[in-house]
Amino acid sequence: MADFNTMELMICTAARELEDGATVGVGTGAPCAAAMLSQKTTAPNLVIFFEAGGVAPMIPEMPISVGDSRTTWKANMAAGMAEVMETCCRGMVDYTFLGGAQIDMYGNLNSTRIGGDQQKPKVRLPGSGGANDFASFCWRMMVITAQDSRRFVERCEFITTPGYLTGGESRQTSGLPKGSGPYKIITNMAVMDFEPESKRMRISSINHGYSEKDVRDNCGFELLKAAKVSETPPPTAEALRLLREEIDPYKYIIGR
Amino acid sequence: MDVIEEGIGRLFTDPDPDKAREFFRKKSRELKNKLTTVTDAVKTLLNDGDYFAIGGFGANRIPTAICHEILRQKKKNLAFAGHTSTHDFQILAAGKVFSKCDIAYIIGLEARGLSANARRYMESGEVEVTEWTNYAMAARLKAAAMGISFIPIRNMMGTDTFKYSASKKIKCPYTGDNYVLAPALYPDFAAIHVHEADVYGNCRIKGITIADLELARASKRLVITCERIISNDQIRNDPSLTVIPFYLVDAVCEVPYGSYPGNMPYEYFSDEEHLREWLTVEKDPEDLKKFLDKNIYGVKEFSEYVELNGGLKKMQELRDKEFLVKNKNAKK
Repeated sequence: MADFNTMELMICTAARELEDGATVGVGTGAPCAAAMLSQKTTAPNLVIFFEAGGVAPMIPEMPISVGDSRTTWKANMAAGMAEVMETCCRGMVDYTFLGGAQIDMYGNLNSTRIGGDQQKPKVRLPGSGGANDFASFCWRMMVITAQDSRRFVERCEFITTPGYLTGGESRQTSGLPKGSGPYKIITNMAVMDFEPESKRMRISSINHGYSEKDVRDNCGFELLKAAKVSETPPPTAEALRLLREEIDPYKYIIGR
Repeated sequence: MDVIEEGIGRLFTDPDPDKAREFFRKKSRELKNKLTTVTDAVKTLLNDGDYFAIGGFGANRIPTAICHEILRQKKKNLAFAGHTSTHDFQILAAGKVFSKCDIAYIIGLEARGLSANARRYMESGEVEVTEWTNYAMAARLKAAAMGISFIPIRNMMGTDTFKYSASKKIKCPYTGDNYVLAPALYPDFAAIHVHEADVYGNCRIKGITIADLELARASKRLVITCERIISNDQIRNDPSLTVIPFYLVDAVCEVPYGSYPGNMPYEYFSDEEHLREWLTVEKDPEDLKKFLDKNIYGVKEFSEYVELNGGLKKMQELRDKEFLVKNKNAKK
């Protein structure tokens, strides 16, 4: 098996989730790398949306910002934020990839603050940005994140971005678009999905080199388990080559 | 429409469209030469205590010169629209010019990392904050641009972002579904950097517009900085390219490389080296003070800042980078 680090593994795993012709709203970093890889492998007709207004570009190299010139390189349209977010809200964007400082068992995310209180937080983080928007509007939200029990928490200290809120039907009854919500959580150890009734996170596949115990030990809440748990397929040699040579040659993301 | 639930954050501006109409009724529609300096524009159009917003997307097509000048003039107690802000926020936080902030995205510089100084400022308790999302803020500007007091949006429900916002949740009279209301945001002052403008303020923008078209229409006073001035004949020759019309604009300043060290689409890429320097010096307040003295407080105008950081030669390198031109003479 080819040698790869955990970031490369997560990006390759995420890239496989996007089918050809799908639409995806992405941020910078690993999400963008995954979309670029997907476009170069299994989904050449992937339509990428950036929140600042870039629509369906041919991204030549890793953007630094979701609004920089790379996000409109050979794009089909250079629009604005309302155009992109309202396209999501109309139900035309299938996926989004997000991250966060904390995630709970319903896939809710915190990227606002940790500790202290609202007006004087101990650690202030950027806030929602477009995360709450994408997670509310896109059909399926995916998260790419390293897994440990400080990040996978019983309760997010602040829910910046909605997952399934308090589980069950709570997301839908809150007023968020029907049928939308968290889909896959991709970590260095496993891939998680959500149990259809309770909407709780469950183990779907485990990455090579990790055990179910590792996955549970590095999670601050009780994970459910799918009826059949498989081993996550490893990255292909070709995917790794594309990632290292064409997508992120300066190792901005995969060097982390 | 009954309010089902409401956020506990403070609404920093009045969403009343009739008050805004009274203001806009008196705003000049005259086709007159509005060329001025950045110094005068900030002096005459931005007052202490105002609510203000900065166009662009953090380090992309931002009016950097205006941000620097706000620091030099030591404006204070401003309220800021922390919307798609990154390097602009970093500058403004370094001058502590605002004490109230609507937050959608602050502190971070996206893939570059977090601003240590902006973070210290936001953790100090000196700034009163209300939470929003990027689209919610864009929708607030859109409501103002429409001349109404709110528009319904379909996000923020069930989150703490809603709880700490100043939005309200209502039930749709048609479907019975819940919606969040984004209250109109009419900033007192805004600055937007564009590619080309004429002396009257007719503007052309290439590439993404982010929320600037809404911002231009929502703002009471608007300063345009531009890469270059073009003639009104050129504007009239193809009016379909005008995205911000003259009657929205109060002042026009020609500021070449005006988005530096940010990216200007189809002109120059961001100066990652200089942005890294910003992030590095911020770790030590003493280093930051020296850096600000050198780059902002100690210079008279923006062109000096560009000179200090590599001048034309650097701009040519950033132009190559923008167009992915491999120039063997350029630094990697």
